[in-house]
Amino acid sequence: MIANTKQQAVLNAIEENKNLEGPLLPILHRIQNDLGHIPSEHVGDIANALNLSRAEVHGVITFYHSFKSEAHGKHIIEVCRAESCQAKGGRAIEAAVKAKLGIDYEQTTSDGAITLEPVYCLGNCACSPAIKIDTQIYGRVTEESLSDLIDSIKAGQH
Amino acid sequence: MTITVYVPQDSSAISVGADQVAAKLAKLDDVEIVRNGSRGLFWLEPMVEVETDLGRVAYGPVGVGDIDSLVEQDLLKGEQEHPLSLGLTEEIPFLKKQQRLTFKRAGIIDPTDLVSYQTHGGYVGLKRAITMTSQECVDEVKESGLRGRGGAAFPTGIKWQTVHDAPGKKKYIVCNADEGDSGTYADRLQMEADPFGLIEGMTIAAIAVGADKGYIYLREEYPHAHLRLNEAIEKALAANLLGDNILGSGHNFDLEVRLGAKSYICGEETALLESLEGKRGVVRAKPPLPALEGLFGKPTVVNNVLSLSTISIIFEAGAKAYADFGMGRSRGTMPFQLAGNLNQCGLVELAFGVSLNELLNDFGGGSASDKPLRAVQCGGPLGTYLPESQWGIEMDYETLAGTGGVLGHGGIVAFDSSVDMSAQARFSMEFCAEESCGKCTPCRIGATRGAETIDKIRANRDRHANIALLESLCKTMEGGSLCAMGGMTPFPVKSALEHFSEDFYKEPVSSSNAGQTTYQSSGSTTEISIDSIKKAGTSS
Repeated sequence: MIANTKQQAVLNAIEENKNLEGPLLPILHRIQNDLGHIPSEHVGDIANALNLSRAEVHGVITFYHSFKSEAHGKHIIEVCRAESCQAKGGRAIEAAVKAKLGIDYEQTTSDGAITLEPVYCLGNCACSPAIKIDTQIYGRVTEESLSDLIDSIKAGQH
Repeated sequence: MTITVYVPQDSSAISVGADQVAAKLAKLDDVEIVRNGSRGLFWLEPMVEVETDLGRVAYGPVGVGDIDSLVEQDLLKGEQEHPLSLGLTEEIPFLKKQQRLTFKRAGIIDPTDLVSYQTHGGYVGLKRAITMTSQECVDEVKESGLRGRGGAAFPTGIKWQTVHDAPGKKKYIVCNADEGDSGTYADRLQMEADPFGLIEGMTIAAIAVGADKGYIYLREEYPHAHLRLNEAIEKALAANLLGDNILGSGHNFDLEVRLGAKSYICGEETALLESLEGKRGVVRAKPPLPALEGLFGKPTVVNNVLSLSTISIIFEAGAKAYADFGMGRSRGTMPFQLAGNLNQCGLVELAFGVSLNELLNDFGGGSASDKPLRAVQCGGPLGTYLPESQWGIEMDYETLAGTGGVLGHGGIVAFDSSVDMSAQARFSMEFCAEESCGKCTPCRIGATRGAETIDKIRANRDRHANIALLESLCKTMEGGSLCAMGGMTPFPVKSALEHFSEDFYKEPVSSSNAGQTTYQSSGSTTEISIDSIKKAGTSS
């Protein structure tokens, strides 16, 4: 059942975008949006539909930081590591979030709730330091506000 | 009487609570909330404005908890007794001292209200362009002196001429909206606050070079800009300002937004084109120039968001009016973006030639912490770190280049005296290792070796030899990389070494917190013969 749903999501994404010029990124974005990752077992479907090799599609998926081959946690916390945030204490924020969650970048908490990822600039440099939780950006983050945000995620309030 | 209250829908304003403020204000009686873009005075966000007989008055930064007291003290009448009162918006010194051209509508209008856009000069430029020949359009851009605002500063008119003269029926306009440089946010602000400005500029570009299809390659990190652009494109289509036979001119132009996928290198124009074609974002060798063989091998204009948005202003006001601003070969205005440890971070659009000191102190209000400013990185992650002795320089392309620095996309990130410049240098190498497309060896491998070498320097292992090795590595990267990623990563590294060398000679720090890195610390890396690397470095 789950396999069928996945297959369907992949086929839908292909069908919707295959007539675009340069359709591969729009297809991958759509699958990633719907499934949270791009299942390796369906790389062949995408390759066939676009007359590409599996290697080419795999190459694209692994080149871009956005595209994931494995499912991630229910929520994603992205912490900005770039210079403006560094100048405003971003490195302490990075350390605090890792300590609070007990994980490093590109890891997921054992309960599957939160995946931690680095990000290089959210364009929120005038309100540094910045983090992003799922689709929402937070500026002027402090260790306290960060801790509260994580607690609210854990309590299912995010 | 209904009172108009403005609360920005800019993503920075939202990141500090603008949505909650807007929701609470919307519950008041006789209030109409307009979600404008931001004026770019970000330290005051969320900045609420109230329409009064005298003009718009501002309050900020407004938290949800401030609203009751603001209303009690007659916010809706524009009273200015509350501690958050800022007076007439246009009179706020940070804004009043600016010369806003590209950003003249930012924060003033509802971003996707076409009528509002047109009452503020919108589509005057396009209407003028359709009465001109394509060559006259190109000449207008040349006369304006506009140079690419993405960072490379290539004359826009010359690029357009090349595409205009290129044979073939199919041509493209591509907007580079992959604003990945840290410390920059002008593209984001522009797209969120005034998306029609960009759309109009791209339409004029299409008419000038004979293109009928355009793409905006937008970084995925900007979801609000994505929504605004798509909404604006839809409205422009409905008003026949895009699509077939635009305003009866016989010109056709379709525009589509494509999302990137978190890859810094895709801000490099040839990597961007590869990505749009659905490939890995690997840099192409030039020639052929994208102007001749660009997207899908067709002649393509690739311009930055600000360059294209400025086109609509140039066509509205005339090339000469624009060229009257600026100095030397840097004509017009530059949107500087203040970031990092400053009291007043925000967008400052001024004619070229303002000094860095003025930007840091008069606009930025100096250090935001109790420590003095020490280093300023200009021009994004590939820009140099400038020490205080260089803050008197005038900000234009040539002057900065003369100091070995770059103006780039206009990002200015200030650090106070707590900064460890050897850690910053290490980060530059680490960032390059993370984001290199992998095509050129000096960039792909050199960046990793560079980070390791800086670890050794920090750990006081063969310090002098490793500093010499790092300098040699920088030289190899600069000379042996196709694009700015490998070619300019050495800029911040070398400037840190040159101006802040004391930071490389400190007592060793433990490897566990060396830049808080996800990379292997020096202790676990394989020993490499310094001589062999030196040899490799100098032979290329």
